[in-house]
Amino acid sequence: MSYLRAVFTILWKDVLLELHTREVISSMLFFSILVVVVFNFAFDLRGEELLRYAPGVLWIAFIFAGVLGLNRSFLLEKEEGGIIGLMLSPVERSAIYSGKVLSNLVFMIIMEVITGVVFFFLYDFLPLYRNLPSLVFILFLGTLGFSVIGTLFSGITVNTKAREILLPLLLFPILVPVIIAAVSATGIVMRGEGLEEASKWLKLLVAFDILFFSLSIAVFEYVLEE
Amino acid sequence: MERVSRILGYTVILFMILSLYGAFRIAPTERIMGDVQRIFYFHVSIALQAFIAFFVVFIASIVYLLKKDLLWDRLASCAAEIGLLFTTLVLITGMLWARPVWNVWWTWDPRLVTTLILWFIYVAYFMVRSAVTDPGRRARFSAVIGIVGFIDVPIVRLSTRWWRSIHPLLSQEGGGLDPTMMKVMLLVMVTFTLFNLWLLWYRFNLAQMDKEVEDLKMTLEEGG
Repeated sequence: MSYLRAVFTILWKDVLLELHTREVISSMLFFSILVVVVFNFAFDLRGEELLRYAPGVLWIAFIFAGVLGLNRSFLLEKEEGGIIGLMLSPVERSAIYSGKVLSNLVFMIIMEVITGVVFFFLYDFLPLYRNLPSLVFILFLGTLGFSVIGTLFSGITVNTKAREILLPLLLFPILVPVIIAAVSATGIVMRGEGLEEASKWLKLLVAFDILFFSLSIAVFEYVLEE
Repeated sequence: MERVSRILGYTVILFMILSLYGAFRIAPTERIMGDVQRIFYFHVSIALQAFIAFFVVFIASIVYLLKKDLLWDRLASCAAEIGLLFTTLVLITGMLWARPVWNVWWTWDPRLVTTLILWFIYVAYFMVRSAVTDPGRRARFSAVIGIVGFIDVPIVRLSTRWWRSIHPLLSQEGGGLDPTMMKVMLLVMVTFTLFNLWLLWYRFNLAQMDKEVEDLKMTLEEGG
């Protein structure tokens, strides 16, 4: 089986599993919408304030929900013994990693887009659609960075005693550059400035994604090795 | 070996006394900040030690993954402990200095933020270690974190600098340092590097003994 096919088989397996159980996306989505609603009471999001806080509120919602989803997806594997099946399958460990990164990415993007739509209706927030392609591009780069590190670390934390709490503790400090870059770039685009204004943040995101993806490919075999 | 470590210990004590004398007596008083600036000799030296310690963690983690010898894991975790200690001290000495000079305990300056994030990363490193019982697994997990964490630091630094680029930075690099100050600075830096080495040496030996005790216990249990 070629490498790429192995990656997409694992992605497809996760998609099928999700279609049957509907556990990961729905819990992430419900949580991220709740965060958006709760932030409304915390910051009284209206007018000028809304435009200032919207990028931060959205990304915080995405990241919190993403942690929830990561915990869920690896736990499902572990509980049902799926991880053993994956490890026994004749594919490289890094292919398992890449497949998982993709499935986490896809699930999160779906959750983020729906949260974005809900956000638009709840706040009548037009800037969200001011420059939609740019926004989706930033969403993709930021979420990929999250998924790259998140998948690596949830492979670690799922094998520890305190898994649910350890994942964010490990993940958030490492993700600081992604959070800063994604929130800043999103803010720039929402204010109606062009994507080139955010170019340095995009470069940072691309660099982060590539660097840590290649690093994780190299070290993931040590995470799953038993 | 015992002799070498003892000599190193005495050297550290001697140098520490010289450093204190240098920083408090020989170095001239800074014109604007006054005496409080003297903490700067220790603060900068300690920061350097934290970096050296985490670099050791990084290297030892890579070697562990390549060789699979738990000795390297012990070295990495000992260095990480010392690095965390020095990072904590950097944050504390920095705050003590910042309050009289900047009039705040804390400011979201890139350097400060990076140090804080560094601190968080290695606290998480130890939380993961304490949550895994199997030594081999613990070693592999912490090696991965030790590598990822170290590589992340320059990116955190860059992103926090860009993030606050519109705001004036509170800590501008000073122009020329007075020659006497520079000499004292170098002395304190050497002192703390020796101190770091000595700490690591002792901590590592302790870890080795710990391991030997564990091994002996295992043999006893098997025998009985």
